[in-house]
Amino acid sequence: MKATSLDDIIVAISTPAGSGGISIVRISGEGCIHLANTLFSGADLNKKESHTISFGYIKNPINNTVIDEVLVSVMRAPKTYTRDDVVEINCHGGTQASQKVLEIFLNEGARLAEPGEFTKRAFLNGRIDLTQAEAVIDIINAKTDLGRQSAVNQLEGSIAKTVGQLRDTLLTSIATIEASIDYPEHDIEEETYGILRTRITEILEKTQKLIESADKGKIIREGISTVILGKPNVGKSSLLNYLLDEERAIVTDIPGTTRDTVEELINIGGVPVKIVDTAGIRDTQDKVEKIGVEKSKEYANKADLILMMVDTSRGITVEDRQILDIIRDKKAIVILNKIDLPNKIDINEICDIVSKENIISVSAKDGTGIDELTSRIKDLFFGGEIELNNDTVISNVRHRNSLFEAKNSLLKALDTINMGMPIDFVSMDLTQGYNHFGEITGDSVDDELLDRIFSQFCLGK
Amino acid sequence: MTAYVADEVDVIVVGAGHAGCEAAMATARLGLKTIVFAINLDSIAMMPCNPSIGGSSKGHLVREIDALGGEMGKNIDKTYIQTKMLNTGKGPAVYSLRAQADKNRYKDTMKQTMEQIPNLIIRQGEVTKLITENGIVGGVETSSGAMYKAKSVIIAAGTYLKARCLYGETIIQSGPNGLQAATELTQSLIDNGIKIYRFKTGTPARIDSKTVDFSKMVPQYGDEEIVPFSFENKSEDIAREQVPCYLTYTNEKTHEIIKANLHRSPLYAGVIEGTGPRYCPSIEDKVVRFADKLKHQIFIEPEGENTNELYVQGMSSSLPEEVQVALYRTVPGLENCQFMRTAYAIEYDCIDATQLKLSLEFKAVKGLFGAGQFNGTSGYEEAAAQGLIAGINAVMYIKGEEPVILDRADAYIGVLIDDIVTKGSKEPYRMMTSRAEYRLLLRQDNADQRLTAIGHKIGLISDERYEKFVEKERLVEEEKARINNTIVAPKPEVQEFLSDNGSTLLKSGVKLCDLLKRPELSYTKLAAIDTNRPQLEREVWEQAALQIKYEGYIKQQSNQVEQFKKLEKRLLPENIDYSDVRGLRLEAIQKLNNIKPLSIGHASRIAGVSPADISVLLIHLEQIKGRNNG
Repeated sequence: MKATSLDDIIVAISTPAGSGGISIVRISGEGCIHLANTLFSGADLNKKESHTISFGYIKNPINNTVIDEVLVSVMRAPKTYTRDDVVEINCHGGTQASQKVLEIFLNEGARLAEPGEFTKRAFLNGRIDLTQAEAVIDIINAKTDLGRQSAVNQLEGSIAKTVGQLRDTLLTSIATIEASIDYPEHDIEEETYGILRTRITEILEKTQKLIESADKGKIIREGISTVILGKPNVGKSSLLNYLLDEERAIVTDIPGTTRDTVEELINIGGVPVKIVDTAGIRDTQDKVEKIGVEKSKEYANKADLILMMVDTSRGITVEDRQILDIIRDKKAIVILNKIDLPNKIDINEICDIVSKENIISVSAKDGTGIDELTSRIKDLFFGGEIELNNDTVISNVRHRNSLFEAKNSLLKALDTINMGMPIDFVSMDLTQGYNHFGEITGDSVDDELLDRIFSQFCLGK
Repeated sequence: MTAYVADEVDVIVVGAGHAGCEAAMATARLGLKTIVFAINLDSIAMMPCNPSIGGSSKGHLVREIDALGGEMGKNIDKTYIQTKMLNTGKGPAVYSLRAQADKNRYKDTMKQTMEQIPNLIIRQGEVTKLITENGIVGGVETSSGAMYKAKSVIIAAGTYLKARCLYGETIIQSGPNGLQAATELTQSLIDNGIKIYRFKTGTPARIDSKTVDFSKMVPQYGDEEIVPFSFENKSEDIAREQVPCYLTYTNEKTHEIIKANLHRSPLYAGVIEGTGPRYCPSIEDKVVRFADKLKHQIFIEPEGENTNELYVQGMSSSLPEEVQVALYRTVPGLENCQFMRTAYAIEYDCIDATQLKLSLEFKAVKGLFGAGQFNGTSGYEEAAAQGLIAGINAVMYIKGEEPVILDRADAYIGVLIDDIVTKGSKEPYRMMTSRAEYRLLLRQDNADQRLTAIGHKIGLISDERYEKFVEKERLVEEEKARINNTIVAPKPEVQEFLSDNGSTLLKSGVKLCDLLKRPELSYTKLAAIDTNRPQLEREVWEQAALQIKYEGYIKQQSNQVEQFKKLEKRLLPENIDYSDVRGLRLEAIQKLNNIKPLSIGHASRIAGVSPADISVLLIHLEQIKGRNNG
């Protein structure tokens, strides 16, 4: 099993997908400023004072091409969110630039952050109030439950199956090498470098394909990307606050950073739900919520699930119809709010657009109906009905990291072979790759190896 | 029988095999009055199975024992009759030193060494009972009614507990080699709440060399250049005439006889209850499990210089005696062989080692330690390693000091102990290089670098030896610095040398270290162009060259170790009740409560504890800290 790392460099895109004019890549961990500096062309970040912003470019170290024009914030430990060194890179909006920047950091040795990992570190470093610890545990466990039950699991199941086959091939090679090492005088046919090279190359190709499928589109943090839509004053912020109160959300908003939206990660009955707070929802009541139709459309297109709110006391308005039009053919729940007041709507108008079980009556004022809402979200998810947005394949971050590291180990093994190093070094690289694959399938390593050695070869005195 | 108080000592060691000897010598040398019991004093340091010490990963253990101040390495250096460095082509991490021992001289020499230690009492007798009070050990009783009081007891009972030997329909209630079994101690352990397993192992027949035709076999000679096991010995000081071993093979006739008589094997007839090790399969096991293999290797190894007895490696069996004789005689060279000792399987009681702490002390009984085959391992070297650690920690326990715990990045000994106490073992545990995840750092050549300072601090390594070690290290560093700083210019003789060795020619000057890192070049080869090279002892330049040559790989593994150590340093309090920790899964709670891991890192290696559980534990630790601070 892979040990949890406490302060290696982690990286993630910390702004919600596609929203706003800026996208932020956050990096944290010992040495992250140095790492950022090697990819940044501009001022020397190593020499920058804490909490300063520098203008420059992120360049691809391989061909020295410019990826994006960026603003880089350097924040030195301990006065940061995680209390480790933190670097935030403000890229241009949309997914392309930040995705590229993310990739480059991953290639240069950073690891993709797990859901809630920045927060976890903040907590472990004593940054966050103790009461939030339990929420962190909830998120960790939510992931576990999810892994067992969810529809996502099907995708992962097929990855795990392929990985299992790759491991098996790898194990045969390792067992042969290890048997010849532990039983030097037994007549074991040794693995030639020629055979090994072919075998590793094949595994590498398949691994690369897996990484690509896990990467398809963009990599986002886990969670059903959910957006709440509705005309102003329909009760969006009350609903959000209800969900937050009930489910103890971890607020991932970080003071002192440039952001125009907030997202909340909530654990609803084991389902991690990421609510993208469309600008304004959380604003105080005296401010007018401003979210135009175009903007709503944009959010809706990117969300896995839409919660649309309708005010039953006001009837269905033109604005409501525009939004209903947007959610047609999308996975959505229509929430009839203010059922404590007289009803002025014709439900049939909504039934044309979403099915009956996806229409839920609530009173966001006193919480009536919230339970029905959360249980409906759960059912949709576990029933596999929420189709994850095409370009937001939810890839288990851990798997993605493991595949990536497995690939690197295999590349190293090839290097080792090509340099003509002794076989023990090849075995070390292969074993590492094998271990990384094992992190995906969750199998223990040493027992399997010994089992294989002793079933494959006749050994012993 | 009337019991009487016979003596009062600091430490009692039960058993004088490879574990018991190291344990007793360590405690006595560290100044504690020690008594060591053996059922028969002629069996002290006896080798009841193969006549060799070392081999893959086991050789590493012996060198580590030596670096800590144990005896095994020195003893085999005095009594070997053949030595070999195995795996030399496969990488520096897996070089493995192995020596054939003269069995009788090995045990006699060990006994003599022990007899010279002032506060070590050596006593023949069967320990029948453990004396404890309120979960603290107080001494033992023997079959003669003698009571010995002690502050600490180390059990190294080997394969003697309720042992029985079997072949065919013959069952003998005895320990190895016809020695008396220890029949009562098991019950006393059970009475103290200790969980017992039953394991089995086996040994081949011994045959008379005058009845063997060596001309039909391939001789296997030792190395010309002798590498001592002990860092205190120089090659030239222990050089001697070596004797060969011989290689031969089984054939289809052998296999036919086995298959025809399988039903008479106690293992296949279901008479044996114990679990046997996969890496010491009997010849009948091999033939059944690898039915398509037409022949199996057989190594004929002399048991010593003053005996005709030969050990037939690869022919362990529990078939009936007459079947054994018949099948041995099918092997080329053994057609007329005479048996001197029959092959047998042996069954014995041992413990579930997860009942031990990493110090090898029982969790349930204070001051009681377990070591060796009694802990469910197999092999002389594995036993000796545990004996040494149990001895050292019995001393620490009595002195009220922190136990000496080697971790997985310190030594194979650390891997061995961590494995058995954390994961437990359902079969006798054998050390293997593949079990050591940081093996590039745990090489047999650098065991002194890793452990001499620890041995010195404990008090088993003399000041004189320690200073020699420090001086060696200084010389290694000096030579490394020289290699790293020497510039080689592209002179004609250099280019010629490179071209002769199939290496790329130089365009401009390079550092000597860069040439050394080229796989096709070596320190020895580079002598031709390294004109200012100082005269150095082999172990010095070898170490310097190795550290430079494999620098990149070593660095990579060092980084992994750094991560590993961070988690090992996050200690878990001993008194946590894991069922109180919110968010842990039930399986993890049970496992954690049973093993009581020392640290987060330790917990992460327990089967059934997931990464999510580890995250929960980390958070729990932080909460405790927060509470304590607030």
